Amino acid sequence: MTEPLLEVNHLKKYFPIQGGIMQRTVGHVRAVDDITFTLNKGEALGLVGESGCGKSTTGRTILRLLEKTEGTVKFKGTDLHELSRKELRAMRPKMQLVFQDPYSSLNPRINVGTAIGEALVDHGLVSKHEIRDRVKEILSICGLAPYHIDRYPHEFSGGQRQRIGIARALIMNPEFIVADEPVSALDVSIQAQIINLLSDLQEQKNLTYLFISHDLSVVEHLCNRIGVMYLGSMVEMAPREELFARPLHPYTKALLSAIPVPDPTRKSERIVLQGDIPSPANPPSGCKFHTRCPFAKEICKQQVPKYEEMASNHFVACHFAGEF
Amino acid sequence: MAQAVDTTSTNAEMPKTKPASPWTLAFRQLRRNKIAMSGLIVIIMMFLICFVGPFLSPYSLETMSGPSNKGPSASHWLGTDKLGRDILLRVMLAGRISLLVGLVAMMVSVAIGSTLGALAGYYRGWVDTIIMRFADIMLSIPALPLLIILGAVLSDIQVPPDQRIYLVMFLLGFMSWPGLARLVRGQILTLREQEFMQAAEVLGLRDKRKIFRHLIPNTIPIIIVVATLSVAGAILMESVLSYLGIGVVPPTPSWGNMISAANNLIDFKKRPWLWIPPGVCIFMTVIAINVIGDGLRDALDPKMKK
Repeated sequence: MTEPLLEVNHLKKYFPIQGGIMQRTVGHVRAVDDITFTLNKGEALGLVGESGCGKSTTGRTILRLLEKTEGTVKFKGTDLHELSRKELRAMRPKMQLVFQDPYSSLNPRINVGTAIGEALVDHGLVSKHEIRDRVKEILSICGLAPYHIDRYPHEFSGGQRQRIGIARALIMNPEFIVADEPVSALDVSIQAQIINLLSDLQEQKNLTYLFISHDLSVVEHLCNRIGVMYLGSMVEMAPREELFARPLHPYTKALLSAIPVPDPTRKSERIVLQGDIPSPANPPSGCKFHTRCPFAKEICKQQVPKYEEMASNHFVACHFAGEF
Repeated sequence: MAQAVDTTSTNAEMPKTKPASPWTLAFRQLRRNKIAMSGLIVIIMMFLICFVGPFLSPYSLETMSGPSNKGPSASHWLGTDKLGRDILLRVMLAGRISLLVGLVAMMVSVAIGSTLGALAGYYRGWVDTIIMRFADIMLSIPALPLLIILGAVLSDIQVPPDQRIYLVMFLLGFMSWPGLARLVRGQILTLREQEFMQAAEVLGLRDKRKIFRHLIPNTIPIIIVVATLSVAGAILMESVLSYLGIGVVPPTPSWGNMISAANNLIDFKKRPWLWIPPGVCIFMTVIAINVIGDGLRDALDPKMKK
């Protein structure tokens, strides 16, 4: 078997909580708490979970936009968090990020051509003369017009801005793209266009995606593997069909039951979770989900369930996986 | 495949509307501001008079061109001074110096202030501490006494008057950067946390590019406003120093050292043509610049408008 493109091992990211006059660290927000997975070239892994469960933080820590607390992130065999700033900079073109908010992720004072092309020039990958042609080419691949090159971000709609963001990531010719909820700021009709664009690009360029979303139906469309996160931990990860057909974790079941089905005659058996997501600064003991789990037993409060492979490629962290 | 997802027109033709940069929009806004535009006209007139006017004058700076201490007349519109030099010509030449001092001092202050402010805000940590503590020290030293001392030193080591004006320019510029540095630093501290700066990080841009292409352009509205107002400040400060005899020194004329004629009670009471013209010039220039500065602030930063 070939080496995976990305290996994430026991990754943790804790944010310190400072309090008191002396700004002492009084606790930690466990945004990402022991995440492990691998990603092969050409794969698209979807990361789902409710707001605040650490999806975005995971994506950003993998790209080392945030420094990790513990664990390793190996990209093509090199540990990103061990690299010096200079080495990291050299690696940057290979892994890119598409942002959630197409408004704040573009600098208002930089025109589209510069925004997309400047990094290539700055890395010395393309000369200043060729850059305009390259930018125009990538603009049309991303469904924008070549004459947009001299315009400023405020002249575009949200969907067009997102295309600019994708073009900016794509022109670097990356192998790996973290898409951090790239469609959740857009309306539904535009969402479909952007998702189609992303999936076309994946086919064409054999890209590897880590697709972060809170919308299972979006992830279902684009990803061949799906990971479900809860409170900083991965609770279940399985190939798409497997996850939708045989969810083993009660949280995944609840999520799946919440997907609206466009069929008025079908009676939905929605599992409604009680209560709010607990604070990641003070997560529940044992299985983090036990406070809201309809099947919770005594052992769930005391022992942290192991994250194990239950079926082929189907990982889950639950004491009673598949028993209910 | 792109067609399948394409909703935007992909005509290769250039549409007629020109791309409007944020600057163009701001300039349109400024044009609608009548007060700022009249300030701009006054400043342009002032520049024209000071830089073109002297060529039209029949007199020269070095020579006495008529009887001394005469009031305004047909041959000397603003009269002559005690050495018989034409006041109008001197006011125009003094204007050159004063405006130049204002502009250069502003440029020095902007160059130092925005660079240091940006570095402090971007790198934070010990870079920030060193730069900002230094700025605090500069701010806590009263400018006037320091400039008086430095002026006295300049007089003591007998710097030639024509070189002295350049020293005055840089001195004024060097005194006024900390305020701007603070503002720029504050802005950069918020800007660096914006998502587009994370995008710059993911793209692996160099720090130099991040600071000078991404961060500073976003602080330019503030820089422009502060810079404009600091031109007025520098002109005033130069006048003060020259009035006290330690800024621009005779024979080089400046509005400030021309006003110092009013020091003398006889000149003050009997010969108002000696000090009123430079006084009016300072007054008009400073008002005009301040008005432009306010207009720019409104145009560039719509959030600050009520």
